[in-house]
Amino acid sequence: MEFGLSQEQLLIQDSFRGTLERLVTLDSIRTISNDSQAMDNDLWKHLVELGLPGLLVEEEDGGTGLSLFDAAVVAIELGRSMAPVPFVATAVMAPLALKLAGSTAQRKAWLPEIASGKTIVGMALADSVTGAGRGTAVTAANNRLKGRAPFTLDAAEADVLIMSDAENNLYLVRADASGLERVQTPTIDGTRPLCEIMLEDVAAEPLEGNGKDHLAEIINAGRIILAAESFGASEEMLRRAVDYAKERRQFDRVIGSFQAVKHLCAEMAAELQPCQSLIWYAAYAFDRLPEEAQLSGLLAKSHMDEIGRFVARTATEVHGGMGYTDLMGLHFWFKRIGFNRAQLGTPEKLRALAADLQGLTNTSAIPRQTAAAR
Amino acid sequence: MDLTDQSEHKQFREEVRKFIAEYRHLAPGDTAHSYRLMPRPYSDDVRNWQKLLVEKGYATRTVPTEYGGFGAKPDILKSKIIVDEFFRANVPQGLYSQGISMLVPTLLEHGTEQQKKDWVGPTIRAEVFWCQGYSEPNSGSDLASLQTSAIEDGDDFIVNGSKIWTSSAHVAQMIFCLVRTEPDAGKYDGISYLIFPMDTPGIEIQPLQTMTGHPSFNEVFFTDVRVPKSAVVGGRGKGWKVANSTLAHERGMLSSANMSLERLQKIEKLIKSEEISSHPTVETAALMDRYIRLQARVQGMRFHEMRLISDAAAGKPSGLGDMVCKLLGCELNHQLDALAIDILEETGVLYDGIPSMELDGIWQQLHMYDLGLIIGGGTAQIQKNIIAERGLSLPREPRLGQG
Repeated sequence: MEFGLSQEQLLIQDSFRGTLERLVTLDSIRTISNDSQAMDNDLWKHLVELGLPGLLVEEEDGGTGLSLFDAAVVAIELGRSMAPVPFVATAVMAPLALKLAGSTAQRKAWLPEIASGKTIVGMALADSVTGAGRGTAVTAANNRLKGRAPFTLDAAEADVLIMSDAENNLYLVRADASGLERVQTPTIDGTRPLCEIMLEDVAAEPLEGNGKDHLAEIINAGRIILAAESFGASEEMLRRAVDYAKERRQFDRVIGSFQAVKHLCAEMAAELQPCQSLIWYAAYAFDRLPEEAQLSGLLAKSHMDEIGRFVARTATEVHGGMGYTDLMGLHFWFKRIGFNRAQLGTPEKLRALAADLQGLTNTSAIPRQTAAAR
Repeated sequence: MDLTDQSEHKQFREEVRKFIAEYRHLAPGDTAHSYRLMPRPYSDDVRNWQKLLVEKGYATRTVPTEYGGFGAKPDILKSKIIVDEFFRANVPQGLYSQGISMLVPTLLEHGTEQQKKDWVGPTIRAEVFWCQGYSEPNSGSDLASLQTSAIEDGDDFIVNGSKIWTSSAHVAQMIFCLVRTEPDAGKYDGISYLIFPMDTPGIEIQPLQTMTGHPSFNEVFFTDVRVPKSAVVGGRGKGWKVANSTLAHERGMLSSANMSLERLQKIEKLIKSEEISSHPTVETAALMDRYIRLQARVQGMRFHEMRLISDAAAGKPSGLGDMVCKLLGCELNHQLDALAIDILEETGVLYDGIPSMELDGIWQQLHMYDLGLIIGGGTAQIQKNIIAERGLSLPREPRLGQG
C-alpha cells in the first residue's frame, strides 16, 4: 500500500523524462510553433518507440495495457518538456472510446494502428463537453453526418476522427472522407492547433457500444490528463523561475535573496505540492475507485487550472522583463497551461458540474447538453 | 500507487463501523475544536470518550503499548478509514492538543524512559492538560533569542523570566518550556527544554484577552521557580533541537487536513439547510463555486498528507512536502470559515460567545481563531522563508548579530 509512484512507474517516468530532455529543446519548440506545424514528427517517432500512443492499448492489440495513472505520469513529463506532440485525444480518449464503446472488429481495426503510431485520432466532442453550441450540432441520419464540429483536439494530423453528434452518440469518421473539410485554427499555443470539422453528408461508422453511456468517462480521462500536463508545465516554470532568481543580480545581490521574490517562489512551490497528490488521486480513482472518479477529475482539473494560471504569471513575473520576451521561451509553457485550461471545460464550468454531481445545484440552471458530460 | 481496500482493510472498516454503532451513545457533544477555542478542563464525557478511543486504537494509534498507547504500525489506509467512518457517522474523533499532538511525539523521540512512562499515557488519555512555554515578549518569530533563564542550583534549576501567547496556561497542569541554561553558549546552543507542573511555587498567570473574547492564552511569569534537573528533555543545552521537533509536530497539528475536512462537511450541511432570501443556498451559484474551490483544496491537502505519511513510512525524506502544510492548511481553514459566515448572511454576525459546534456563532469565532493560527506557530511569512530557503535553496536571510 503506497501513495506515490511504484518502481515501474518511476522507470516509465525516467525513460520519458530522459528522452524528452534530450530531444525537446527551445529551438525545436520554436520551429514547430513558428512554422505552424501541428507536431514534431521526429520526436513522435522516438516517443512511439517508447510506447507513447499505446499506453492504454491492451498488449494483445499491440500496446502496453497500462493504466490512466501511468498515462498521467507520462503526461506530467510531456508538460514539463513542452513536447509538441498529440497525446490527450489520440493516446488517451480515443483508445478509451474504442475500448469502452467499440465493437471487437472496431477495436481490432483501430487499436493496433493507434498503438503503432501510424494512425492519429482526433476527438471532436467540444459541444458535448461544454454545451456551448459554438458549432452547428452534428446530426446523423443513416450513419451520415452533417454539421460543424469546432475545437477538435489532435485533429490537424489525424487520419481518423471520433465525433459526437447532438444526441451524444459516437462515430468514427475518416479524415479524408468525401464531404469532410478540416480547417486548422491557430491557437495561443503554436504547438497545439485546434481544428474545425465541416461535414456535408459524410459517411460515418457508429461505435457499436453505446457511446453515450461512456462519454462522461472518456471526457473525465481527458480532463485528468490535461491537468497532469499542466502540472508538469507549471513545475517547469517554477524550476526556471527559481534558477533565474539565483542567478540574476540587482542591487549587488541575487534577486532570490529579496523576500519579495523569495515569497513569490515559495507561494508557487507551496501551491503545486498538493496538486500533484490531487491529480494522482484522480487518476487512481479513474482506474480503481469508479464511484469517486468523476468528482475527483472535476476537482483535479479545475484546481490545477487555477494554480496553473497563478504559476504561469508568477514565474513570468519573477523573470522580470526577460520573462515577457520571446528570448527566454518561457511563454511556451505559459501558453500550454492557458490552452489546457480552456479544453474539456474551464474551471467555472467544472465546478458547476461538481456542485451538480453532489446535489448542490438548482439543476434546472444547468444547460441540458452538459447532462451527458456529468 | 495502491490504496486498495484489501480484505484486511475491509474487515477493519467493518470493525470501525461496529465500534461506532456500539458506542456512539457515549460520544460527547463537544469536540477538540471547542476546547481549543475556549480552553477549560475536559468534561468527564470527553475524557471517557478519549480513553475509549485510545484503548480501541482509534486515537493516538501508533503510540507504543508500554506507554499506554495501542501500538499499531503506521498504516495510511487504516488512518483514512477511521477518519472517513467517524466523519460519516458524525461522531467526534480523538482529541488533539499541545500535549497529545506536540509533547507526546516529542517525548517519544527525545524523552527519557521515565519521562515517557510518567507522561505519555496520562496525556493521551486527556488526564493531563499541557501548555507550551515558547514565545516571550521579545522573542516571537526569532524564537531562539529567548531570555528566560534557568540557573543551576544543586539538583535544581531556578527559572526566572516570562512567556507569552501561552495557550491554556490557566487550565494546564503541566508546561513544556524553553529556557536558557547556558548563558555563555551561542544563541542556539544554550537552550534547554524543561517539563514541570504549573502549580510549582513562583508561577503567576495573567490571562490575555483575545479578539474572540476568550482568554485562550496567557502571559506566564516565573519568579525563582525551582525545577529539578530531571525535568530536562533531550539533554541540557540541546533544547533547540527538541523544540524544533515539537514545532514540526505543531505545524502538523495546526494544518491537519482533518480539521479542514471537518469544516468542509459542516459547511455542506449548512448549505443544505440554509436559505438565502427564502431561496435555498444552492441556488446562489457564486457561493457554490467558492465551496467547490475550497473542496478541491481540502481534498488536495488530504491526499498530500497521505503522500507524506506514505513517504515517511518508506523512509523517503519529505523536504518541501512537509514545509508547505502549515502555510496552506491554516489559510485554507480561514477561508472555509469565511465562506460559512457568508452563507449565513446576517445570521453570520450573531455572536453568543459559547463555543459549541452546534451553534452558528462558532464560525465567527473560528474565523478569528484561525487568523490567529496563520500568525501563530511561525507566521505565514516565516513559513515562506522556510519554504524558499530550505525547500528551494534560495539564499538565506542575513543573520545579524550573534549566530
